[in-house]
Amino acid sequence: MRILISLVSGALFGLGLIISGMTDTKKVQGWLDIFGEWDPTLAFVMGGAMLPMVIAWKATQVRTPLTADKFPAANTAGIDRDLIIGSVFFGIGWGLAGLCPGPAIASLSFGGSSGVVFASAMIIGMLSTRRLQTFFSKTENTPKTLP
Amino acid sequence: MPMDWIYGLVGGVLIGCAGAFLLLGNGRVMGASGLVFGMFKTTDRRIWIENLAFVSALFIAPMLFVRPLNIGPTHASENVIVVAIAGLAVGFGTRLANGCTSGHGVCGISRFSLRGIAATMAYILAGAVSVVVFKHFLGAI
Repeated sequence: MRILISLVSGALFGLGLIISGMTDTKKVQGWLDIFGEWDPTLAFVMGGAMLPMVIAWKATQVRTPLTADKFPAANTAGIDRDLIIGSVFFGIGWGLAGLCPGPAIASLSFGGSSGVVFASAMIIGMLSTRRLQTFFSKTENTPKTLP
Repeated sequence: MPMDWIYGLVGGVLIGCAGAFLLLGNGRVMGASGLVFGMFKTTDRRIWIENLAFVSALFIAPMLFVRPLNIGPTHASENVIVVAIAGLAVGFGTRLANGCTSGHGVCGISRFSLRGIAATMAYILAGAVSVVVFKHFLGAI
């Protein structure tokens, strides 16, 4: 049952991404390009996605998940350095290629070699994060617990 | 152009439905970066299969529907170095920040999470600066 829900959710996500135009890097970069020919499409995508999600979060207050005991607890870390530095790195790459993780996977079958290179590099980046994090915290001599 | 906005809205609602379904069904947050990364961790076999199912469907559904729905190309840069550097930055950044556009953006903002809102502001701002620098100054994209 949980696997079926994951499959349906992934398929809906993929369809939503291609229909909304978010697998088109020019549309994403167009949204970020405030000094060029600005494309507001991404704001409509975000707005559309908010509607079902706000209702879903409201529903989490009065019921339990279909196949689990409880909903995930909110991250209590607050706004910390990793969150901001990580998001800045992500934003730089997002602007440079016009791809983020969801569309990168959704467009893998029709995005050609660039899509494959991006997705491979992204996974390598993900897998080396912990090592880099340890390296940076060592050089700054601030031992910190990893997530 | 306005037709693109309508497609954006329709696609956005579908993305929101996908997130709502995963949340209310499995009690999990739909974050693409976390789900992709989760395929390379083998701590919990049950969760690993769920992650694999989600990412496989995310890959296969567009493959099947890209022709029938007449979806255009990705227009991604042909420059391998640019694409590889961008991919590394996205992979590293989303793991350090523990989320991307779907996790912090779609799921975080709709929860009115301060972390989600702060992260979204940070990556949109960095993304806008990135486009200005790489497109308008360096001409790399």
